[in-house]
Amino acid sequence: MTVDTLRLSAEEANRLVTQGEVSSDELYRAYLDAIGERDPELHAFLYVCENDPGEGIPIAIKDVIGTRGIPTTAGSKILESYVPVYDATVIANCRKRGLRVIGKTNTDEFAMGSSTENSAFGPSHNPWDPTRVPGGSGGGSAAAVSAGLAPWALGSDTGGSIKQPAALCGHVGLRPTYGTVSRYGVVAFASSLDQVGPVARNVRDCAFLYSVISGRDTNDSTTVDVPRVELPTADDLKGLRIGVPKEMNGAEGIESGVTAAVQSALERAESLGASVEECSLPRSVDYGVACYYLIAPAEASANLARYDGVRYGLRDDGADFREMVMRTRDAGFGDEPKRRIMIGAYALSAGYYDAYYGTAQKVRTVIKREHDELFERFDVLVSPTSPTVAFPIGAKIDDPVAMYMNDVLTIPSCMAGLPGMNIPCGLSEGLPVGLQLIGPQFGENTIFRAGHALEQAIGFDVVPERLR
Amino acid sequence: MARITKEEVLHVARLARLELSDDDVAKFQEQLSDILEAVSKVSELDLSDVPPTAHPLAIANAWAEDVPRDCLPLDDVFANAPDRDGDYFRTPPA
Repeated sequence: MTVDTLRLSAEEANRLVTQGEVSSDELYRAYLDAIGERDPELHAFLYVCENDPGEGIPIAIKDVIGTRGIPTTAGSKILESYVPVYDATVIANCRKRGLRVIGKTNTDEFAMGSSTENSAFGPSHNPWDPTRVPGGSGGGSAAAVSAGLAPWALGSDTGGSIKQPAALCGHVGLRPTYGTVSRYGVVAFASSLDQVGPVARNVRDCAFLYSVISGRDTNDSTTVDVPRVELPTADDLKGLRIGVPKEMNGAEGIESGVTAAVQSALERAESLGASVEECSLPRSVDYGVACYYLIAPAEASANLARYDGVRYGLRDDGADFREMVMRTRDAGFGDEPKRRIMIGAYALSAGYYDAYYGTAQKVRTVIKREHDELFERFDVLVSPTSPTVAFPIGAKIDDPVAMYMNDVLTIPSCMAGLPGMNIPCGLSEGLPVGLQLIGPQFGENTIFRAGHALEQAIGFDVVPERLR
Repeated sequence: MARITKEEVLHVARLARLELSDDDVAKFQEQLSDILEAVSKVSELDLSDVPPTAHPLAIANAWAEDVPRDCLPLDDVFANAPDRDGDYFRTPPA
Protein backbone atom coordinates (compact mmCIF):
# COMPACT_ATOMS: atom_id res chain seq x y z
CA MET A 1 0.00 0.00 0.00
CA THR A 2 1.10 3.60 -0.51
CA VAL A 3 1.79 5.56 2.61
CA ASP A 4 0.73 9.23 2.68
CA THR A 5 3.30 10.57 5.13
CA LEU A 6 1.62 13.99 5.12
CA ARG A 7 -1.50 12.54 6.73
CA LEU A 8 -0.15 9.65 8.81
CA SER A 9 -0.13 9.97 12.61
CA ALA A 10 2.49 8.04 14.59
CA GLU A 11 -0.30 6.02 16.21
CA GLU A 12 -1.65 4.98 12.81
CA ALA A 13 1.85 4.33 11.44
CA ASN A 14 2.52 2.10 14.42
CA ARG A 15 -0.74 0.23 13.84
CA LEU A 16 0.15 -0.36 10.18
CA VAL A 17 3.52 -1.84 11.16
CA THR A 18 2.34 -3.97 14.10
CA GLN A 19 -0.54 -5.40 12.08
CA GLY A 20 1.80 -6.16 9.18
CA GLU A 21 0.03 -3.96 6.65
CA VAL A 22 3.29 -2.12 5.98
CA SER A 23 6.75 -3.34 6.93
CA SER A 24 9.01 -1.21 9.07
CA ASP A 25 11.42 -0.93 6.13
CA GLU A 26 8.68 0.14 3.70
CA LEU A 27 7.52 2.81 6.11
CA TYR A 28 11.09 4.03 6.68
CA ARG A 29 11.61 4.27 2.92
CA ALA A 30 8.37 6.21 2.47
CA TYR A 31 9.70 8.85 4.85
CA LEU A 32 13.12 8.84 3.13
CA ASP A 33 11.28 9.47 -0.16
CA ALA A 34 9.37 12.37 1.42
CA ILE A 35 12.68 13.79 2.67
CA GLY A 36 14.19 13.40 -0.80
CA GLU A 37 11.22 15.23 -2.31
CA ARG A 38 10.68 18.09 0.13
CA ASP A 39 13.82 18.58 2.23
CA PRO A 40 15.88 20.29 -0.48
CA GLU A 41 13.43 23.19 -0.10
CA LEU A 42 12.94 23.01 3.68
CA HIS A 43 16.40 22.05 5.02
CA ALA A 44 14.83 20.43 8.07
CA PHE A 45 17.61 17.84 8.30
CA LEU A 46 21.34 18.21 8.91
CA TYR A 47 21.87 14.47 8.50
CA VAL A 48 19.66 11.72 7.09
CA CYS A 49 20.17 8.08 8.17
CA GLU A 50 19.94 5.67 5.27
CA ASN A 51 18.90 2.67 7.34
CA ASP A 52 18.86 2.96 11.12
CA PRO A 53 18.13 -0.38 12.82
CA GLY A 54 14.82 -1.21 14.55
CA GLU A 55 11.46 -2.87 13.96
CA GLY A 56 9.21 0.12 14.56
CA ILE A 57 8.43 3.48 13.06
CA PRO A 58 10.83 6.35 12.31
CA ILE A 59 11.59 9.35 14.50
CA ALA A 60 13.51 12.55 13.74
CA ILE A 61 15.92 13.83 16.39
CA LYS A 62 16.99 17.39 17.05
CA ASP A 63 20.72 17.62 16.52
CA VAL A 64 21.50 18.56 20.11
CA ILE A 65 20.61 15.02 21.22
CA GLY A 66 23.51 12.57 21.13
CA THR A 67 23.12 9.54 18.86
CA ARG A 68 25.74 6.80 18.86
CA GLY A 69 27.56 6.59 15.53
CA ILE A 70 25.40 9.36 14.01
CA PRO A 71 26.86 12.89 13.74
CA THR A 72 25.59 15.34 16.36
CA THR A 73 26.56 18.94 15.65
CA ALA A 74 24.23 21.11 17.79
CA GLY A 75 24.08 23.30 14.68
CA SER A 76 27.66 24.43 15.37
CA LYS A 77 30.90 24.38 13.43
CA ILE A 78 32.68 23.56 16.69
CA LEU A 79 30.95 20.12 16.67
CA GLU A 80 30.83 19.67 12.89
CA SER A 81 32.84 16.45 12.96
CA TYR A 82 31.57 15.11 16.30
CA VAL A 83 30.18 11.56 16.31
CA PRO A 84 28.93 10.46 19.77
CA VAL A 85 30.18 7.17 21.14
CA TYR A 86 27.04 6.58 23.21
CA ASP A 87 23.29 7.20 22.94
CA ALA A 88 21.51 9.80 25.04
CA THR A 89 19.08 8.16 27.49
CA VAL A 90 16.09 9.43 25.47
CA ILE A 91 17.52 7.73 22.37
CA ALA A 92 18.08 4.49 24.30
CA ASN A 93 14.44 4.72 25.46
CA CYS A 94 13.25 5.20 21.87
CA ARG A 95 15.35 2.25 20.70
CA LYS A 96 13.81 0.00 23.38
CA ARG A 97 10.46 0.67 21.69
CA GLY A 98 11.87 -0.13 18.24
CA LEU A 99 11.91 3.49 17.03
CA ARG A 100 14.38 4.16 14.20
CA VAL A 101 16.26 7.43 13.88
CA ILE A 102 15.56 8.82 10.39
CA GLY A 103 17.80 11.83 10.74
CA LYS A 104 19.09 14.72 12.78
CA THR A 105 17.20 17.98 12.51
CA ASN A 106 18.42 21.52 12.17
CA THR A 107 18.63 23.83 15.16
CA ASP A 108 19.89 27.25 16.07
CA GLU A 109 23.49 26.82 17.21
CA PHE A 110 23.46 25.22 20.67
CA ALA A 111 19.67 25.71 20.63
CA MET A 112 20.16 29.46 21.01
CA GLY A 113 17.56 31.21 18.90
CA SER A 114 13.95 31.47 17.78
CA SER A 115 14.23 30.97 14.02
CA THR A 116 17.01 28.42 13.14
CA GLU A 117 18.78 31.33 11.42
CA ASN A 118 21.59 30.90 13.97
CA SER A 119 22.39 27.41 12.65
CA ALA A 120 25.96 27.29 11.31
CA PHE A 121 24.56 25.20 8.44
CA GLY A 122 21.89 27.62 7.20
CA PRO A 123 18.24 28.12 8.21
CA SER A 124 15.31 25.75 7.85
CA HIS A 125 12.20 26.95 6.06
CA ASN A 126 8.57 26.95 7.16
CA PRO A 127 6.53 24.33 5.26
CA TRP A 128 3.55 26.73 5.15
CA ASP A 129 5.65 29.41 3.44
CA PRO A 130 9.32 28.69 2.72
CA THR A 131 10.20 32.40 2.75
CA ARG A 132 9.41 32.37 6.48
CA VAL A 133 11.15 30.89 9.52
CA PRO A 134 9.89 27.66 11.10
CA GLY A 135 10.64 29.07 14.56
CA GLY A 136 13.45 27.92 16.76
CA SER A 137 15.53 26.64 18.05
CA GLY A 138 13.84 23.35 17.08
CA GLY A 139 12.76 24.56 13.64
CA GLY A 140 14.16 21.47 11.93
CA SER A 141 12.09 19.02 13.97
CA ALA A 142 9.05 21.27 13.52
CA ALA A 143 9.43 21.55 9.75
CA ALA A 144 10.05 17.79 9.47
CA VAL A 145 6.88 16.83 11.36
CA SER A 146 4.77 19.50 9.66
CA ALA A 147 5.85 18.46 6.15
CA GLY A 148 5.44 14.71 6.74
CA LEU A 149 9.19 13.99 6.73
CA ALA A 150 8.85 12.13 10.05
CA PRO A 151 5.79 10.97 11.98
CA TRP A 152 7.16 12.62 15.12
CA ALA A 153 10.38 14.02 16.53
CA LEU A 154 12.28 14.92 19.66
CA GLY A 155 13.11 18.51 20.45
CA SER A 156 14.67 20.35 23.36
CA ASP A 157 13.31 23.43 25.07
CA THR A 158 15.13 25.95 27.24
CA GLY A 159 12.92 29.02 26.80
CA GLY A 160 10.46 27.95 24.09
CA SER A 161 12.40 25.90 21.53
CA ILE A 162 9.75 23.17 21.27
CA LYS A 163 6.58 25.22 21.82
CA GLN A 164 7.35 28.21 19.58
CA PRO A 165 8.33 26.22 16.44
CA ALA A 166 5.25 24.03 16.97
CA ALA A 167 3.16 27.23 16.98
CA LEU A 168 4.80 28.61 13.84
CA CYS A 169 4.53 25.32 11.93
CA GLY A 170 1.05 24.36 13.18
CA HIS A 171 1.46 21.15 15.17
CA VAL A 172 1.80 19.87 18.74
CA GLY A 173 4.88 20.22 20.94
CA LEU A 174 5.33 19.62 24.65
CA ARG A 175 7.93 21.09 26.93
CA PRO A 176 7.65 18.69 29.88
CA THR A 177 7.95 19.51 33.58
CA TYR A 178 11.59 20.11 34.49
CA GLY A 179 13.08 16.85 35.76
CA THR A 180 10.75 14.42 33.99
CA VAL A 181 12.98 13.66 31.00
CA SER A 182 16.68 12.78 31.18
CA ARG A 183 19.25 15.13 29.64
CA TYR A 184 22.04 12.52 29.77
CA GLY A 185 23.77 12.65 26.39
CA VAL A 186 22.10 15.93 25.37
CA VAL A 187 24.28 18.93 24.50
CA ALA A 188 23.88 21.25 27.50
CA PHE A 189 22.79 24.87 27.09
CA ALA A 190 21.27 26.09 30.39
CA SER A 191 21.02 23.23 32.82
CA SER A 192 18.39 24.62 35.20
CA LEU A 193 16.06 25.08 32.20
CA ASP A 194 16.86 22.52 29.45
CA GLN A 195 14.21 19.84 28.85
CA VAL A 196 13.80 17.30 26.05
CA GLY A 197 10.28 16.83 24.77
CA PRO A 198 8.04 15.41 22.03
CA VAL A 199 7.10 17.08 18.74
CA ALA A 200 4.05 15.47 17.12
CA ARG A 201 1.12 15.84 14.75
CA ASN A 202 -1.53 15.43 17.44
CA VAL A 203 -1.90 15.37 21.22
CA ARG A 204 -2.23 11.58 21.57
CA ASP A 205 1.05 11.01 19.69
CA CYS A 206 2.65 13.69 21.85
CA ALA A 207 1.44 12.01 25.04
CA PHE A 208 2.60 8.59 23.88
CA LEU A 209 6.07 9.84 22.96
CA TYR A 210 6.28 11.59 26.33
CA SER A 211 5.55 8.25 28.01
CA VAL A 212 8.41 6.68 26.03
CA ILE A 213 11.08 9.23 26.95
CA SER A 214 10.14 10.28 30.49
CA GLY A 215 11.17 8.78 33.81
CA ARG A 216 13.93 8.77 36.36
CA ASP A 217 17.44 8.18 35.05
CA THR A 218 20.36 7.53 37.38
CA ASN A 219 22.59 9.26 34.80
CA ASP A 220 20.74 12.57 35.31
CA SER A 221 20.38 13.40 38.98
CA THR A 222 17.75 16.07 38.29
CA THR A 223 15.24 13.47 37.07
CA VAL A 224 12.39 12.23 39.24
CA ASP A 225 9.72 9.55 39.13
CA VAL A 226 6.91 10.55 36.79
CA PRO A 227 3.15 9.97 37.20
CA ARG A 228 1.75 7.35 34.83
CA VAL A 229 0.92 8.94 31.46
CA GLU A 230 -2.75 8.71 30.43
CA LEU A 231 -3.46 8.85 26.70
CA PRO A 232 -6.31 11.35 26.33
CA THR A 233 -9.68 10.13 25.03
CA ALA A 234 -12.36 12.49 26.39
CA ASP A 235 -13.79 15.10 24.05
CA ASP A 236 -15.29 17.34 26.74
CA LEU A 237 -13.72 19.70 29.26
CA LYS A 238 -16.28 19.36 32.07
CA GLY A 239 -14.91 20.66 35.35
CA LEU A 240 -11.70 22.06 33.86
CA ARG A 241 -10.77 25.45 35.30
CA ILE A 242 -8.93 27.57 32.73
CA GLY A 243 -7.10 30.69 33.81
CA VAL A 244 -6.37 33.35 31.19
CA PRO A 245 -3.49 35.56 32.40
CA LYS A 246 -4.34 39.02 31.07
CA GLU A 247 -0.68 40.05 30.70
CA MET A 248 0.02 37.04 28.47
CA ASN A 249 -3.03 37.66 26.33
CA GLY A 250 -2.68 41.43 26.14
CA ALA A 251 1.12 41.68 25.89
CA GLU A 252 2.55 44.32 23.59
CA GLY A 253 3.28 42.96 20.13
CA ILE A 254 0.61 40.23 19.97
CA GLU A 255 -0.89 40.30 16.48
CA SER A 256 -4.65 40.78 16.25
CA GLY A 257 -5.05 37.59 14.20
CA VAL A 258 -3.30 35.64 16.95
CA THR A 259 -5.56 37.12 19.63
CA ALA A 260 -8.66 36.33 17.56
CA ALA A 261 -7.73 32.66 17.07
CA VAL A 262 -6.95 32.17 20.77
CA GLN A 263 -10.20 33.93 21.79
CA SER A 264 -12.19 31.67 19.52
CA ALA A 265 -10.49 28.59 21.05
CA LEU A 266 -11.37 29.85 24.54
CA GLU A 267 -15.03 30.14 23.49
CA ARG A 268 -14.90 26.55 22.27
CA ALA A 269 -13.38 25.50 25.60
CA GLU A 270 -16.34 27.06 27.42
CA SER A 271 -18.79 25.30 25.14
CA LEU A 272 -17.01 22.02 25.96
CA GLY A 273 -17.74 22.59 29.66
CA ALA A 274 -14.65 24.38 30.94
CA SER A 275 -14.82 27.46 33.11
CA VAL A 276 -12.76 30.32 31.72
CA GLU A 277 -11.69 33.17 33.98
CA GLU A 278 -9.24 36.04 33.60
CA CYS A 279 -6.30 36.08 36.01
CA SER A 280 -2.99 37.87 36.38
CA LEU A 281 0.76 37.21 36.33
CA PRO A 282 1.72 40.81 37.10
CA ARG A 283 5.49 40.46 37.05
CA SER A 284 6.19 37.17 35.23
CA VAL A 285 5.55 38.54 31.75
CA ASP A 286 7.14 41.95 32.29
CA TYR A 287 10.30 40.56 33.86
CA GLY A 288 10.48 37.03 32.41
CA VAL A 289 12.56 37.78 29.33
CA ALA A 290 15.10 39.89 31.26
CA CYS A 291 15.37 37.18 33.93
CA TYR A 292 15.81 34.46 31.32
CA TYR A 293 18.43 36.33 29.31
CA LEU A 294 20.61 36.59 32.41
CA ILE A 295 20.17 33.09 33.83
CA ALA A 296 20.35 31.14 30.57
CA PRO A 297 23.51 32.92 29.28
CA ALA A 298 25.17 32.60 32.71
CA GLU A 299 24.60 28.84 32.66
CA ALA A 300 25.59 28.67 28.97
CA SER A 301 28.88 30.43 29.64
CA ALA A 302 29.74 27.65 32.09
CA ASN A 303 28.41 24.79 29.94
CA LEU A 304 30.16 25.95 26.78
CA ALA A 305 33.51 26.25 28.56
CA ARG A 306 34.01 22.57 27.67
CA TYR A 307 34.62 23.41 23.99
CA ASP A 308 38.35 23.90 24.27
CA GLY A 309 39.71 21.91 21.32
CA VAL A 310 41.17 19.21 23.56
CA ARG A 311 38.90 16.17 23.86
CA TYR A 312 36.51 16.52 20.92
CA GLY A 313 35.31 19.03 18.37
CA LEU A 314 37.14 21.61 16.34
CA ARG A 315 40.73 22.60 17.07
CA ASP A 316 42.44 25.65 15.59
CA ASP A 317 46.20 26.26 15.62
CA GLY A 318 47.94 28.16 18.38
CA ALA A 319 51.50 28.59 19.56
CA ASP A 320 50.49 27.72 23.11
CA PHE A 321 47.51 26.16 24.87
CA ARG A 322 45.71 29.39 25.67
CA GLU A 323 46.04 30.73 22.14
CA MET A 324 44.81 27.42 20.72
CA VAL A 325 41.72 27.52 22.99
CA MET A 326 40.89 31.14 22.18
CA ARG A 327 41.30 30.68 18.42
CA THR A 328 39.33 27.43 18.47
CA ARG A 329 36.41 29.10 20.22
CA ASP A 330 36.52 32.16 17.98
CA ALA A 331 36.53 29.97 14.86
CA GLY A 332 34.01 27.42 16.12
CA PHE A 333 31.26 29.50 17.72
CA GLY A 334 28.89 31.69 15.75
CA ASP A 335 27.76 35.14 16.88
CA GLU A 336 24.80 34.08 19.03
CA PRO A 337 26.75 31.67 21.29
CA LYS A 338 29.49 34.30 21.53
CA ARG A 339 26.98 36.94 22.61
CA ARG A 340 25.44 34.66 25.20
CA ILE A 341 28.77 33.40 26.55
CA MET A 342 29.94 36.99 26.97
CA ILE A 343 26.67 38.19 28.55
CA GLY A 344 26.87 35.21 30.90
CA ALA A 345 30.51 35.82 31.77
CA TYR A 346 29.67 39.49 32.41
CA ALA A 347 26.65 38.67 34.59
CA LEU A 348 28.75 36.26 36.68
CA SER A 349 31.89 38.38 36.88
CA ALA A 350 33.25 40.01 40.03
CA GLY A 351 31.42 43.24 40.77
CA TYR A 352 28.37 42.41 38.64
CA TYR A 353 27.27 39.05 40.05
CA ASP A 354 24.81 40.43 42.63
CA ALA A 355 23.36 43.07 40.31
CA TYR A 356 22.73 40.70 37.43
CA TYR A 357 22.81 36.95 38.10
CA GLY A 358 21.89 37.15 41.79
CA THR A 359 19.00 39.52 41.08
CA ALA A 360 17.73 37.36 38.22
CA GLN A 361 17.61 34.34 40.54
CA LYS A 362 15.38 36.28 42.91
CA VAL A 363 13.13 37.38 40.06
CA ARG A 364 12.88 33.70 39.18
CA THR A 365 11.44 33.07 42.65
CA VAL A 366 8.86 35.82 42.06
CA ILE A 367 7.84 34.22 38.75
CA LYS A 368 7.55 30.77 40.30
CA ARG A 369 5.42 32.05 43.21
CA GLU A 370 3.06 33.90 40.88
CA HIS A 371 2.44 30.71 38.92
CA ASP A 372 2.10 28.57 42.06
CA GLU A 373 -0.62 30.90 43.34
CA LEU A 374 -2.61 30.64 40.13
CA PHE A 375 -2.51 26.84 40.19
CA GLU A 376 -4.34 26.92 43.53
CA ARG A 377 -7.36 28.15 41.53
CA PHE A 378 -6.82 26.85 37.99
CA ASP A 379 -5.97 23.54 36.29
CA VAL A 380 -4.40 25.09 33.20
CA LEU A 381 -3.39 28.55 32.00
CA VAL A 382 -3.98 29.55 28.38
CA SER A 383 -2.31 32.13 26.15
CA PRO A 384 -0.91 32.48 22.65
CA THR A 385 2.37 30.55 22.32
CA SER A 386 4.01 33.13 20.06
CA PRO A 387 2.94 36.77 19.79
CA THR A 388 3.20 36.52 16.00
CA VAL A 389 2.78 34.02 13.20
CA ALA A 390 5.93 32.89 11.34
CA PHE A 391 8.00 35.92 10.32
CA PRO A 392 10.10 36.31 7.14
CA ILE A 393 13.62 34.90 7.15
CA GLY A 394 16.01 37.77 7.80
CA ALA A 395 13.43 40.04 9.49
CA LYS A 396 14.96 40.00 12.98
CA ILE A 397 18.39 38.46 12.59
CA ASP A 398 20.32 41.74 13.01
CA ASP A 399 18.48 42.76 16.18
CA PRO A 400 19.17 40.28 19.02
CA VAL A 401 16.83 42.02 21.47
CA ALA A 402 13.88 41.94 19.03
CA MET A 403 14.59 38.25 18.40
CA TYR A 404 14.59 37.56 22.15
CA MET A 405 11.05 39.02 22.44
CA ASN A 406 9.68 36.10 20.37
CA ASP A 407 9.91 34.09 23.58
CA VAL A 408 8.05 36.54 25.83
CA LEU A 409 5.07 34.18 26.28
CA THR A 410 6.94 30.87 26.49
CA ILE A 411 9.67 31.94 28.91
CA PRO A 412 7.80 32.61 32.19
CA SER A 413 6.53 29.04 32.68
CA CYS A 414 9.97 27.66 31.71
CA MET A 415 11.54 29.72 34.50
CA ALA A 416 9.03 28.13 36.91
CA GLY A 417 9.81 24.58 35.70
CA LEU A 418 6.25 24.08 34.44
CA PRO A 419 5.04 21.94 31.56
CA GLY A 420 3.62 23.70 28.52
CA MET A 421 2.17 22.43 25.27
CA ASN A 422 1.39 24.10 21.98
CA ILE A 423 -1.64 23.10 19.95
CA PRO A 424 -2.59 24.78 16.68
CA CYS A 425 -5.79 26.80 17.05
CA GLY A 426 -6.36 28.45 13.68
CA LEU A 427 -4.84 30.53 10.91
CA SER A 428 -3.96 34.19 10.64
CA GLU A 429 -2.88 35.53 7.24
CA GLY A 430 -2.77 31.92 6.06
CA LEU A 431 -0.24 30.91 8.73
CA PRO A 432 -0.76 28.78 11.86
CA VAL A 433 -1.52 30.31 15.24
CA GLY A 434 -0.44 28.39 18.34
CA LEU A 435 -2.23 28.14 21.67
CA GLN A 436 -0.17 27.50 24.79
CA LEU A 437 -1.53 25.32 27.61
CA ILE A 438 0.48 25.57 30.83
CA GLY A 439 -0.02 23.19 33.73
CA PRO A 440 1.32 22.84 37.26
CA GLN A 441 4.47 20.76 37.78
CA PHE A 442 3.73 17.14 36.75
CA GLY A 443 0.40 18.29 35.27
CA GLU A 444 1.06 16.72 31.84
CA ASN A 445 -2.02 14.48 31.97
CA THR A 446 -4.28 17.51 32.51
CA ILE A 447 -2.61 19.33 29.62
CA PHE A 448 -3.04 16.28 27.36
CA ARG A 449 -6.72 15.97 28.27
CA ALA A 450 -7.39 19.67 27.65
CA GLY A 451 -5.30 19.76 24.48
CA HIS A 452 -6.93 16.66 23.02
CA ALA A 453 -10.49 17.86 23.60
CA LEU A 454 -9.70 21.29 22.16
CA GLU A 455 -7.89 19.75 19.20
CA GLN A 456 -10.95 17.63 18.36
CA ALA A 457 -13.27 20.64 18.63
CA ILE A 458 -11.04 22.97 16.59
CA GLY A 459 -10.38 20.43 13.84
CA PHE A 460 -7.23 22.19 12.60
CA ASP A 461 -5.70 20.56 9.51
CA VAL A 462 -1.98 20.22 10.32
CA VAL A 463 -1.01 19.62 6.68
CA PRO A 464 0.32 22.92 5.25
CA GLU A 465 -2.12 24.27 2.67
CA ARG A 466 0.46 24.41 -0.11
CA LEU A 467 1.28 20.70 0.32
CA ARG A 468 -2.33 19.42 0.32
CA MET B 1 22.38 53.03 31.89
CA ALA B 2 25.98 53.25 30.73
CA ARG B 3 26.98 51.44 27.55
CA ILE B 4 29.79 48.95 28.03
CA THR B 5 33.22 50.01 26.88
CA LYS B 6 35.54 48.40 24.37
CA GLU B 7 37.81 47.43 27.29
CA GLU B 8 34.92 45.67 29.02
CA VAL B 9 34.13 43.70 25.84
CA LEU B 10 37.77 42.62 25.66
CA HIS B 11 37.69 41.74 29.37
CA VAL B 12 34.63 39.45 29.08
CA ALA B 13 36.02 37.97 25.86
CA ARG B 14 39.18 37.06 27.76
CA LEU B 15 37.12 35.60 30.61
CA ALA B 16 35.21 33.58 28.03
CA ARG B 17 38.39 32.59 26.16
CA LEU B 18 37.29 34.15 22.90
CA GLU B 19 39.78 35.82 20.58
CA LEU B 20 37.72 38.50 18.82
CA SER B 21 38.60 40.40 15.67
CA ASP B 22 38.51 44.22 15.85
CA ASP B 23 35.29 44.29 13.80
CA ASP B 24 33.70 41.84 16.19
CA VAL B 25 34.69 43.92 19.20
CA ALA B 26 32.88 46.95 17.75
CA LYS B 27 29.80 44.92 16.79
CA PHE B 28 29.55 43.15 20.14
CA GLN B 29 30.11 46.39 22.07
CA GLU B 30 26.93 47.69 20.44
CA GLN B 31 24.89 44.48 20.76
CA LEU B 32 25.98 43.56 24.29
CA SER B 33 25.13 47.09 25.42
CA ASP B 34 21.61 46.72 23.98
CA ILE B 35 21.16 43.34 25.64
CA LEU B 36 22.47 44.50 29.02
CA GLU B 37 20.17 47.50 28.88
CA ALA B 38 17.19 45.20 28.25
CA VAL B 39 18.08 42.70 31.00
CA SER B 40 18.85 45.41 33.56
CA LYS B 41 15.08 45.61 33.95
CA VAL B 42 15.43 42.96 36.68
CA SER B 43 16.80 45.66 39.01
CA GLU B 44 13.46 47.54 39.02
CA LEU B 45 11.78 45.18 41.51
CA ASP B 46 12.01 45.32 45.29
CA LEU B 47 13.49 41.89 46.07
CA SER B 48 14.75 42.50 49.60
CA ASP B 49 12.84 39.56 51.17
CA VAL B 50 12.97 37.21 48.19
CA PRO B 51 15.30 34.19 48.27
CA PRO B 52 17.04 33.15 45.03
CA THR B 53 15.91 30.15 42.93
CA ALA B 54 18.69 28.12 41.34
CA HIS B 55 16.59 25.16 40.27
CA PRO B 56 12.81 24.81 39.78
CA LEU B 57 12.24 21.48 41.58
CA ALA B 58 12.18 21.02 45.33
CA ILE B 59 14.62 18.12 45.30
CA ALA B 60 17.99 17.80 46.98
CA ASN B 61 20.53 15.01 47.22
CA ALA B 62 19.54 12.50 44.56
CA TRP B 63 21.14 9.34 45.86
CA ALA B 64 22.14 6.39 43.68
CA GLU B 65 23.54 3.00 44.59
CA ASP B 66 27.34 3.09 44.50
CA VAL B 67 27.83 0.19 42.12
CA PRO B 68 30.97 -0.19 39.99
CA ARG B 69 30.27 -0.38 36.27
CA ASP B 70 32.22 -0.31 33.03
CA CYS B 71 33.37 3.01 31.66
CA LEU B 72 33.93 3.83 28.00
CA PRO B 73 36.76 1.92 26.26
CA LEU B 74 39.79 4.17 25.66
CA ASP B 75 39.40 4.04 21.89
CA ASP B 76 35.90 5.45 22.28
CA VAL B 77 37.15 8.14 24.63
CA PHE B 78 39.69 9.24 22.02
CA ALA B 79 37.45 8.69 19.00
CA ASN B 80 36.70 12.43 18.63
CA ALA B 81 40.01 13.77 19.90
CA PRO B 82 41.74 16.33 17.64
CA ASP B 83 45.14 14.95 18.68
CA ARG B 84 46.27 11.94 20.68
CA ASP B 85 49.53 10.66 22.04
CA GLY B 86 49.02 7.10 23.28
CA ASP B 87 46.60 7.30 26.18
CA TYR B 88 46.84 11.10 26.41
CA PHE B 89 45.17 14.02 24.68
CA ARG B 90 47.93 16.03 23.05
CA THR B 91 47.77 19.85 23.08
CA PRO B 92 50.17 22.72 22.37
CA PRO B 93 52.42 23.54 25.35
CA ALA B 94 50.89 25.46 28.23
